[in-house]
Amino acid sequence: MSVTTIPAALSLRTRTARMTDVPIIPCAILAITVVVAIFADFLAPHDPQVGLLTARFKPPFWMTGGSTNHLFGTDQLGRDVLSRLIFGARVSLVVGFTAVIFAGAVGTTLGIVSGYLGGWVDQVIMRVTDAWLALPALTFAIFLAAVVGPSEMNIVIILGLVYWTRYARIVRGEVLSLKEREFVRLAIVAGCSKWTIMWRHIMPNVINSSIVLATLMLGIVIITEASLSFLGVGVPPPKPAWGVMLSDGKQGLMVGYWWLTVMPGTCIMLLVLAANLLGDWLRVKLDPQLRQL
Amino acid sequence: MRHYIAKRVGYSVLSLLLLSLTIFLFIRLTGDPASLLTEPGASAADVAAIQHKFGLDRPVWVQYGLFMFNLLRGDLGDSFYYQTPVLELYQSRLPHSLLLGVVAMGFSLVLGIPTGILAAIRVGRFWDSAGKLFALLGLSLPSFLVGLLLILFFSVYLEWLPSSGSGTFWHLLMPAFALGWYFAAAHMRLTRSSMLEVLGSEYVKLARLKGLPEALVIGKHAFKNALIPVLTLAGINLIQMINVAVVVETVFAWPGIGRLLYEGVTFRDFPVVQGVVILGGSMIVVVNLLIDIVYALVDPRIRLEQ
Repeated sequence: MSVTTIPAALSLRTRTARMTDVPIIPCAILAITVVVAIFADFLAPHDPQVGLLTARFKPPFWMTGGSTNHLFGTDQLGRDVLSRLIFGARVSLVVGFTAVIFAGAVGTTLGIVSGYLGGWVDQVIMRVTDAWLALPALTFAIFLAAVVGPSEMNIVIILGLVYWTRYARIVRGEVLSLKEREFVRLAIVAGCSKWTIMWRHIMPNVINSSIVLATLMLGIVIITEASLSFLGVGVPPPKPAWGVMLSDGKQGLMVGYWWLTVMPGTCIMLLVLAANLLGDWLRVKLDPQLRQL
Repeated sequence: MRHYIAKRVGYSVLSLLLLSLTIFLFIRLTGDPASLLTEPGASAADVAAIQHKFGLDRPVWVQYGLFMFNLLRGDLGDSFYYQTPVLELYQSRLPHSLLLGVVAMGFSLVLGIPTGILAAIRVGRFWDSAGKLFALLGLSLPSFLVGLLLILFFSVYLEWLPSSGSGTFWHLLMPAFALGWYFAAAHMRLTRSSMLEVLGSEYVKLARLKGLPEALVIGKHAFKNALIPVLTLAGINLIQMINVAVVVETVFAWPGIGRLLYEGVTFRDFPVVQGVVILGGSMIVVVNLLIDIVYALVDPRIRLEQ
């Protein structure tokens, strides 16, 4: 009896210890962004895609010429910057999360299959992984975007196709050591099929690493999406994506319309910073093996 | 040794083949490649000519053979916009990219190595935390944002530096800094960890036991050894830099390979896009192979392991 209660008490203590040092600022930034993205329709004061040409390049409210009607000013088509930022959060989060999950699902599955089955399957998957890793992610993504054309859905697929390789590499490495462990051998002796072993016994053991990697990848994916949109091969205008806003704002930069660049830039930076901080924290908490990364 | 090199070369050739196959398949997966390879609004005769040149009316494996045959001859097609062979365009832009890459690398090493050393010798204290913050900012501030902010301060407000173009040393400063910024964080992290490892080693302990002054221990014994992995990474990163500079080059209108890729995308100049991707990927595969071989020559443990 005591044997079972002690670990339970210990795990409870470690769990509460874990909960107390959750990084508050990154979680708050992410939570606010999620809330803003979900309730964008209610929070945005104006239509993000429709502007008044008579109200072009209005500065933020604290500057001379600004008004509280447009808190963060307006852009070159007279559209409200704050409303565009609010709807832009939705684009960044939807694309970011879906792409990370898509890449994670593909990469983790292939990593498990490659590591567990070994042999020619492993060789094929790993050689493809190597070849794809050789291409710089952004260049590869631009190439794919140029082939399939810009749309939000295409960007998710492209980012998934570009980034699954990183999951596959790390997961495969873990599976190689996991498959030598007792519980896997016992499962083989018990007559489990290969697919049952991979799905029921191996997958739960590598999912932690995948989650940590996904959090770390979130920042990278958001930056890549913003870069693609900035270059005009990402989310197509007039949809308000932060990268598109930066690209539009570049025209006004030389005349001193700084808010068109600084506002979306700050949003991207804060979101990516939050994702990176949370990823670092999760890495230390969940997965000691990834600490040295 | 010969076996090891042969194996590495084999893997690299395989990587290149897979790369070409990936690009070949993606172009065909999305529909008729002739529509990508001809100018928008091209005449039926032009489309037919392209279809004949790439054998698009023949079986897929013949098409791949032709694709590879053209690649191996260095024929990447002609740019629609510039009306010149893609390879020539690439060669004319490469020196600009190299120049930008080298100066950006300089910036990133000058920023990354001293901060990394400082963080390592003051581990757990103020400079270490400052270094961590710097690394985090480096990873979180995308290079195009750094570029735009630099333009805002140095071109718009202070009017010190030109906001775009090339030609003088002053044109080079901002794009090189924006590009080097991200890599500085990576170099800082590696310098710190490499330095920490070296500082814990026996020979550094011995140097201290001998009574050498701390500056000499760090500067001569530890630093030199800690530098090896950092410089190796810098070598690999230089190639990466040339290939990821597309956003920075676009922001500053720097006439390098990245800008060429951007122009290819903007003008729907598909042969250019395809050429830049193929050449960039090949460059990285070849450099990785060279690094593996040099490693094996220098370090017998690697070749004996195989």
